[in-house]
Parts: sequence; C-alpha cells; structure tokens
Amino acid sequence: MTNLFVLQLLNGVQLGVLLFLIAAGLTLVFGIMDVVNLAHGVLYMVGAYFVATFAALTGSFWWGLLLMLPAAVAVGLILEVVVIRRLYARSHLDQVLATFGLVMIANETVKIVWGVSPLSVPMPEILSGSVPLMGPLQYPVYRIAIIVAGLAVAGGLYLVINHTRIGMLLRAGATNRAMVSALGIDIGKLFAIVFTLGAVLACLAGALVAPILSVDTGMGESVLILTFVVVVIGGIGSIKGAFLGALLVAIVDTLGGVFGPILLREVLDPSAAGQAGRMLAPMLVYILMAAILCVKPAGLFGGRG
Amino acid sequence: MTDTAAPAAAPRAPALAGRVKAAAILFVLFALFPPIVTAAGDPFLVLIGTRILAYAIAAMALDLILGYGAMVSFGHAAYLGFGTYAVAILSSYGVSDILLQMLGAVLISALFALVTGAISLRTKGVYFIMITLAFGQMAFFFFISLSAYGGDDGYGLSQRSTLFGTQVLENDLALFYATLAVLIGLFALCHRIVGSRFGRVLTGIRENPTRMEAIGYSPFRFQLTAFVISGCMTSVAGVLLANQAEFVSPAFMSWHRSGELIVMVVLGGIGTLAGAIGGAVAALVLEEVLGMATDHWRLWFGVFLVLMVLFSPRGITGLVEQIRRRK
Amino acid sequence: MSRLDITHLTKSFGALKVTDDVSLTAEPGEIHAIIGPNGAGKTTLIAQISGQLASDSGRIALDGRDITGTSMPDRVHLGLARSFQITQTLPGFTVLENVALAVQARHGSSFRFWAPVATEAALNDAAMRALTEAGLEHRAEARASALSHGEHRRLELACALATEPSVLLLDEPLAGVGGEDAEAFVAALAAMKGRFTMLLIEHDMDAVFRLATRVSVLVYGRIIATGTPEAVRADAAVRAAYLGEEEEASA
Ligand SMILES: Nc1ncnc2c1ncn2[C@@H]1O[C@H](COP(=O)(O)OP(=O)(O)OP(=O)(O)O)[C@@H](O)[C@H]1O
Ligand SMILES: [Mg+2]
Repeated sequence: MTNLFVLQLLNGVQLGVLLFLIAAGLTLVFGIMDVVNLAHGVLYMVGAYFVATFAALTGSFWWGLLLMLPAAVAVGLILEVVVIRRLYARSHLDQVLATFGLVMIANETVKIVWGVSPLSVPMPEILSGSVPLMGPLQYPVYRIAIIVAGLAVAGGLYLVINHTRIGMLLRAGATNRAMVSALGIDIGKLFAIVFTLGAVLACLAGALVAPILSVDTGMGESVLILTFVVVVIGGIGSIKGAFLGALLVAIVDTLGGVFGPILLREVLDPSAAGQAGRMLAPMLVYILMAAILCVKPAGLFGGRG
Repeated sequence: MTDTAAPAAAPRAPALAGRVKAAAILFVLFALFPPIVTAAGDPFLVLIGTRILAYAIAAMALDLILGYGAMVSFGHAAYLGFGTYAVAILSSYGVSDILLQMLGAVLISALFALVTGAISLRTKGVYFIMITLAFGQMAFFFFISLSAYGGDDGYGLSQRSTLFGTQVLENDLALFYATLAVLIGLFALCHRIVGSRFGRVLTGIRENPTRMEAIGYSPFRFQLTAFVISGCMTSVAGVLLANQAEFVSPAFMSWHRSGELIVMVVLGGIGTLAGAIGGAVAALVLEEVLGMATDHWRLWFGVFLVLMVLFSPRGITGLVEQIRRRK
Repeated sequence: MSRLDITHLTKSFGALKVTDDVSLTAEPGEIHAIIGPNGAGKTTLIAQISGQLASDSGRIALDGRDITGTSMPDRVHLGLARSFQITQTLPGFTVLENVALAVQARHGSSFRFWAPVATEAALNDAAMRALTEAGLEHRAEARASALSHGEHRRLELACALATEPSVLLLDEPLAGVGGEDAEAFVAALAAMKGRFTMLLIEHDMDAVFRLATRVSVLVYGRIIATGTPEAVRADAAVRAAYLGEEEEASA
C-alpha cells in the first residue's frame, strides 16, 4: 500500500512538472496580455511531433530534443506575429474564436503532415530502465529525469523572474499592465518574448513526455483543460501559483484515480465503490477547482478577480 | 405626459419586428424544407435538417446569455449532453415519453447550471471562460466513465422517444416537425424574455454593470437566472438530438462542440436570436459542404474563423456593433 | 428625507490614506456640500458611502440604521442614490430606457419574463417625469451614446432621481457644464432642495454657495472645516488651504 502510494505520488509529481511547464506560459499570456489562448495545448502536441520527427531523422533523441527548440521558437514567433499580436486589443470572444480556429487548423495540419496513426519516440538508452527506490520498489529512470528536468526549468524560470530586468517587467505586467506601458517599455517586444517563451515551454513539455506516451493529435486537448484548471487554481499571472497548482492538480488527479476507489471501498460494497470511484476520479480536479474558487475567486495567488 | 411616454417603444419596435420577421421567414423555409427535398429525391436530408434545427435551438439558447448577457460560456455542450443522456438513461428505465425526458433533462441541467454558474459568475472575463470550459469538461469525463451507457463509445438507442404514448416520432418527418415546433416555441419564449423586464435588466448589465448596481440591481442574480434558463433550453435541444441520432455519446459534449456553438451564435450575429438560428444553419451547412469537398474540412473552417476575426476591423463583435449602430 | 451619519470613515489605497477619519452628518433635507481640491478624496468618499468601495473602518448610517456592510444595490433600495463624476450610462439604450430601468428597480419585481417592458406605461411615465426634472425630456428617444456631454450630466441626474432617493449623493454634477446650461442645472437642483437630503460635491463655488445649507471642506482626505457657507468662507484654515488660492489669483 505504501509502495503504491509512493509510486503514484511520484507519477503525480511527474505529471505536475509537465503541467507546470505548460501552465507557466499560459498564465503569463493570460496575466500579462489578457489573451485567452485555446491553442496553447496545440503547442504541447507540436513539441511532441517535432521531437518524434527530428529523433527519427537523426536517429537520436538528444538531437531531436535539441532541434526541437529552434523549431519551437519559430512556431511561437510565427503564431505571435501572424495571429496573437492582432488579438491583444480584441474582446475575449474574438480571442476565443480565433484561437479555436487555430486549434482546428493545427489538429488538421498535424493529421495531414504526420498522418492519423500515433507515433512513438524511442527512449534514450541511458535513461531507460528503472532504479530501486525503497525495498522492492522500482521507478523508471526516465520519469525521474522528467521530474529533474522540469524542476530545473522551474528553478531557471524562478531566477529569471525574480532576478532579471525582464522578470521584473513580467511580474509588474502580470499584476498591473498599465504600469508597464507607463514605464515606456516596448510592449510589443515584451509580449512577443513572453508568448514565445510560453510556446517553447509547452513544446518542451510535449517533447519530454513523448517517449512515454504515444504521440497523437488528441494529446493537446486533455492537457489544455487541465492546464486551465491549474491556471485558475493558481491565480492568473502567477508563476508560483502555476507551480503549486500544477502539483496539486496532478497529484489529486493521479492519486484520486487509484485511491478514490480504495477509500470508497471502506464505506461502500466493492462493486459500488469501484463504479463510484471510476466516475468520481476524473471529476476530482474540477471539484477541487470549484472548492478553491468558492474560497478564493481569484485563485490561490491571483491578484485580479 | 402619458402621450410623450406612449411612443417610447416605437424606435426600437422596427428592429425587433425585423428580427421576428427574419425568424418567421426562416421558420417558413424550414417548414418547406422536407417537401422540397422529398420532391428532389433526397428524403434523407430531412434527418440532417432535424439535426440543424436541434443545434439552432442550442445556439439560440446560448445567444440568450452570450449575446444579451455578455457571458462567454465555453461549456454549453454539457447541457446538450445532459439532454442526450436523459433520453438514454430514462428510456432504459422505461420512461420513454419525450416530454418527461425533457423534464428530466431540464431538471438536471438547472441543478448543474445553478451550481457551476454560481461559482463561475463570481469571476469575470478570462476566468469565466476557463471555468465554464472546465465544468463542461467535468461533465464530459463523468459520462465517459459511465460504463453502463457505453462510456467513451456511446450508447445506441433501441428506439426513439414516444409522444403521448405513440411511436409517432419514429417517423423522420414527424421528428423534424416536432423539432421545428420546439424551436418556434422556444424562440417565442426567448423573444419575450429579451423584451421583458428581466431581459432589459440582463441587457443593461451587459452594457454597464456599474450603472446597474448604482440604480439598485445586483448583477449576479440576474446573470445566474439567465445562465440557468439558457442551460435548460440547451438540454431540450439535446433530447431532440439524441432522437435524431438514435445514439448518445460523450462526443456531444466535447469542448469542441461548445466552441462550435459559440461560432454559430457569432456567425449569425450575437444578440439577435434569429441570427443564432441562421448561424447554426450556416455553420452546419458549411460543415456538410466542406466535408463533401475535403476530408480536412476542419482545416478550412479554422482558417475561415481566424480570417474572419483578423480581417473584420474590430473583430466580429465590433462588426456586429457597427451594423447595429447603423440601424 | 433621511439623515446620513458618517463616523470615523477611513480608506487607504496601499500607503495612500485617501479617506482619513472622516465624520460628517447630512441632516434631513439639507444640501451638504463637500468641496476640496483635486485628489482630495471626494469621489472616494462618495464611493464608500454608496457602497461601491468597502471602507477600511468607520460606520455609515442611514436614519440611524447601520449600512456599512450593505451592498450598493441594497443601499439604493434603502433610498441612497448617487450620480457619477464620470458618466455611467447604458450606451446602447435610449435615454428613456436608461431611466425606466432605474424606475423599475424600485417598482415591482424584475423577475418578470413575459410581458413586454417597453410598453409598461407606469415605468415610462415615471421615467419621463424624472427626465423632465433633469431637463432632458426632449431627448427621451435618443440613444445614450449619442448625447452631448451636458446631456450626459443630465441623464446621470435623471437616473439618480428615478430611484426615488431619500438621500442623494451628487459627484460634481456640473463638471464640464458651462454657461446657461449650468445656470439651469443649478436652478433644477435648487428646486429639489428639501425633497431629499443631498450630499453635493462641486467645484463651482458660485453653485455651492448658492445651494448649500452647510459646507464641509475636504483636504487630503480630512475634513478641515464644516459650517454654513458664510462661516466656511471666513474660516482661516480653509482660506489658507483652499479658497486662498482663488482669492490670491483674483487679487
Ligand atoms: N482605485 C484607486 N487606487 C489607487 N489610488 C486611487 C484609487 N482611486 C483613487 N485613488 C487616489 O486617491 C486620491 C483621491 O482620489 P479621488 O478621485 O477620490 O479624488 P477627488 O477628490 O474626487 O478628485 P477630483 O476633484 O479630481 O475628482 C487620488 O490621489 C487618487 O489618485
Ligand atoms: Mg472626484
């Protein structure tokens, strides 16, 4: 039981780290630019497809990962310049419609370019296999690597945001947009940088997860909504909130799916518990979100309501 | 003084009457649709027509809060889903009457809308959109895990709903006209709501919530009421849709479907009711036509959406405002 | 006519104390003017009294009833109405519709879903009366967005009147209104004196000294003097802090 718990907790943390990578960009885009971007999940999917392609071309996951980065920067910049930039001054409804259109375009384009059957990305040799954790418990090296990589990026982001000029602007912009423009900053450039950074992080998340998932067109969708929940729980514009929100959502989602039915079995008969558990588990994160919003309508670390 | 007050409604009346007229023309065309396609030798199109009418109901219901209340709900497909599953679940328990099924759908939708609306409406703007989306997704996952009704794969209905104990709806024509009757009835209801005291308050909140509070209205209660009404109406569309498809599945409530409902409302012009009906027709016909021309119709639909937003000077919402101002 | 009691009211925005221990009373039927330089915190005070802004501490009472925690809409139902310095209208509505909505809030339930509101004679009549009082009846059918600045000010007043206030908070009703228009506006306000209690914020000193029963002077969030117009005009502190500038300029 403890073993199962530790295992699932680690899985939760691993998912949380990925969610954070995606949510970090999204929360900044929401907070600083006040843009609803439904196409953010698409970037996660695109990152996975990029790494699959480049790894297949070069025969190496590492080269694939490396080549994915400039491609991600290009995709982010192009999206910003061609579409997103024109949406800043628009109503939320316009933003919803345009980015919904982008989702359709991206999903179909991926189908046309890469086909409908899922791709797989081979696990890099040195990260395959498992390590012993405690007692008989083994854990895959690759998942640990994801956690480490994700935490490293989170740490780097923390440094950038708290100790650099651009980070200062980001923090200011997320809570008070008018102030940043009053400072005489080139808002257009700042926005482009923020959006591209967010795009790269989302692509990176997709690339990292590619070896342990099958890469297909639906993968951006479920993650997008979970990321929204993360951003809403953490508070729009807050990186810290995104980090804690991501871990919270991922752990609740992962543990709830496994332990929900087990806990219910204490009060219900086994078959009913299994049934109820299966139905409740996927709803847990949304119930969590609702509960948090009841207490804090602007999320855990949200300044604006 | 009574004299000066009497013509108060006059300048608005032409616009309103114009909208009713537009809707009436649409309804007549709908009514003529089955005989025409039957004469043309394509009677199967009647069933597609029924689908369009059902979506028109949903789009119109969404317009009530999107257009008149400025609430961008991105979770409205959930209510379609409640409607479809109300048919599947109730008929599996022997309740096959369509009116009872509608009642069931409306009750569950009212409850869901009340709870999720109360939470969502405490927030604004981006938050509201994301939270309604998340709650919609919650409903989606709930039905996916409902293995007794096929889960992800959906559930085929053994028969359509009954009406007053008869199997009349098994006839495609009857189902079409029943759907049309519901559409007309709900349009009349929406039209009255929009022109009522309640509707004026709702529209006022859209225009300027601060002003409304300063003259004594708390926006929350009115917005929540509208949200619940809209959800209930959408679920009625779901009941009809399940009968049209004779199949229910979580796909009816995916977030793409919610997005498509918003597209329908916007295509026809938000805040006009008749526009939402026209928009549903336009979107679904476009989908069918593009679908016949290419497998990748979604690509072109997406391109169309992006271009539409980018190349109308102040967006689609701006475009609608402009047209309205000119009137 | 009601009595408004404000005691030890405070409000800070961050480190900035915008309302600093303000106590003040508006007696039933009086016009109590509040004057003070730009940024003194007058609008903030009105926002607190009307319930738009929550106060940090202090108490607001209407006829002795504590309304400090009451929401803005509920205060309106208790008879406390306000106008805005920066006009707030429903731009897509006609002038009449703007005012009729204010009437509707106080007359019957707004949860009526069927009967057309546009033909409710009772609402339209009352709205027309408020418009006539505010001098805007000739524009009843115009869209609010099409009004001139002066007409917007009148619409502000008409909406407030239509809520049938017993206490009316007016935030610079004359702002940007000049000449004859201002004259007529002041005359309209004068005609209303005694019908309800008024708390009037105004920069136009002529108007203030013509209308006010009493005047309070707000500087940096503090009331530095309260009294009859004559007394306040003669007050040394006020002259130094506020009126002095004007007299120096004219000297
Ligand atoms: N929401 C807010 N956040 C921060 N500071 C504010 C806010 N509202 C007002 N202030 C500040 O409080 C002070 C008082 O503002 P207020 O609008 O109440 O003054 P006022 O007396 O009405 O001025 P005016 O004569 O120009 O209308 C000003 O310094 C203003 O900048
Ligand atoms: Mg002011």
